[in-house]
Amino acid sequence: MNAPTKKLKVATTSLAGCFGCHMSFLDIDERLFTLLDYIEFDRSPLTDIKHCSPDCDIGIIEGGLCNAENVHVLREFRKNCKVLIAIGACAINGGLPAQRNHLPLTTILEEVYHTSPGLANGMIPNDPELPLPLDKVHPIHEVVKIDYFIPGCPPSGDAIWKVLTDLLAGREPELGHGLMHYD
Amino acid sequence: MSQTFMLDGKAIPFEEGQTIIQAATKAGVFIPHLCYHPDFKPHGSCKLCTVKVNGRQTASCTMRAMAGMVVESDTEEINAERRALTQMLFVEGNHFCPSCEQSGNCQLQATAYHLGMMSPHYDHFFPSRPVDASHPEVLLDFNRCILCSLCVRASRDVDGKNVFALSGRGIGTHLIVNAKSGQLGDTDFTLDDKAAHVCPVGVILRKRKGFAVPIGERTYDKQPISGTVDAVTEGH
Repeated sequence: MNAPTKKLKVATTSLAGCFGCHMSFLDIDERLFTLLDYIEFDRSPLTDIKHCSPDCDIGIIEGGLCNAENVHVLREFRKNCKVLIAIGACAINGGLPAQRNHLPLTTILEEVYHTSPGLANGMIPNDPELPLPLDKVHPIHEVVKIDYFIPGCPPSGDAIWKVLTDLLAGREPELGHGLMHYD
Repeated sequence: MSQTFMLDGKAIPFEEGQTIIQAATKAGVFIPHLCYHPDFKPHGSCKLCTVKVNGRQTASCTMRAMAGMVVESDTEEINAERRALTQMLFVEGNHFCPSCEQSGNCQLQATAYHLGMMSPHYDHFFPSRPVDASHPEVLLDFNRCILCSLCVRASRDVDGKNVFALSGRGIGTHLIVNAKSGQLGDTDFTLDDKAAHVCPVGVILRKRKGFAVPIGERTYDKQPISGTVDAVTEGH
C-alpha cells in the first residue's frame, strides 16, 4: 500500500463497554505507526475530541446501548461517518451489560440503591445531567445501520488490524479461523 | 461396485439406507448441522444441514441417498440461508459467549464461525429463562438451548430414563425436565447418562468443571468445525 495523499478520518467511542476493545485496538502495537500513515483520529477517547467532524470516514463503536446518551452518541457517529464498524461483543449483542435484560429496571435500581446490604438511606440518582437508563440494553445494529462487525471479547489486535487493513485496501473484510472469535 | 451420488460435483459412494449426511461424512465432506448426531435417529429440525437435491431443498440428515441424485451443499445461496438460521438461533436465546463455559467447544458457535456470521443481524429477544441448579452435579442453563432434542433422544433411547422433553409449540417450544417439580435434582439423571454428554451448546454443564481447558486449546480453537468431520463419524 502506498501512503495516500489524504488521510482517512477515524472516530472511535466506547458506549456501554469496558474500553477493553480500545485496549485491544492499542494492542496492534507498532503497527499503529503504519496505520497513522493512512488515517488520522477524529473524535475518540485517544484524542479527547468531543464531537465528530462532519466528514469522518470510519467510525468504530465499542459497547452497546444502555442509556439515552449512548443513543445520541451513536446517532452522531452514524450521521458523520461514512462507514460504521461495531467492535466487540457488547456492540454486537449487548454483551455483559445486556445480562440485566431479563430483570425489570426498577428491580435493578431498587437493589443497587435501596435494598443491597450496607446501604443506608440510599436514593436512586435523578440528577438531570445523568443520562436515563434504557429499559433494556441493546446492540447498536438495532438502532442504526452498521456496515461491518468485528466480533470478540475483545477482538484480538490482529483481528482489528485485519479488518482495518482490508478496508483501507478496498477489500471486503474477512476474519478466518483463529481471528474469528465471539469470546 | 457401490452406488454414488453427486455432491457439489464430487461423486460420493453410499450404501443402501444411508442418508446424504452419513454418506458425505464418511467421504470426509462436512455438511453443517446442529441437531444431527451420528449416534441417534435424525430429528430433522434445525435445518442447518439443508441441501438442494435435484434443485429442491431438503434436510440431508433425513433424506436417503439415491444413485445419481445431484446434491448442492456448499453454495453461496445455501450457506446464506444456513447463516440466517444460525442468526435466528442466536437472537432467540441468550448466547453470551464470553461468559459461557462451553465457548470454544460449542457447535453453535463453531458453526457460526464456519458460516462467517459476523453479527446476529436480527433484533434480540432477550428471553427470561431461569437456570436449574437443583442437581448436585449438573447445571442446566436453558438460555442457550437451541431445541436440537439430542438430550431428549439420548435420555429416551440410550439411557431409558426420559428425563428431557420438548414442550409447547412454535416460538413457545422449550426444553422441560420430566419431574413433578420440573427440577433436574428430582430426576434419576446422573453424570454417567449419555444425555449428560450430547448437548452441542452450553445447556447441560458439569458443575465445578467450567473453563478447565484454556483458550487456545479448546476443540474449535485448534481446528474449525469443518475439520472435525472424522471426529463426528466416531461420535465425538
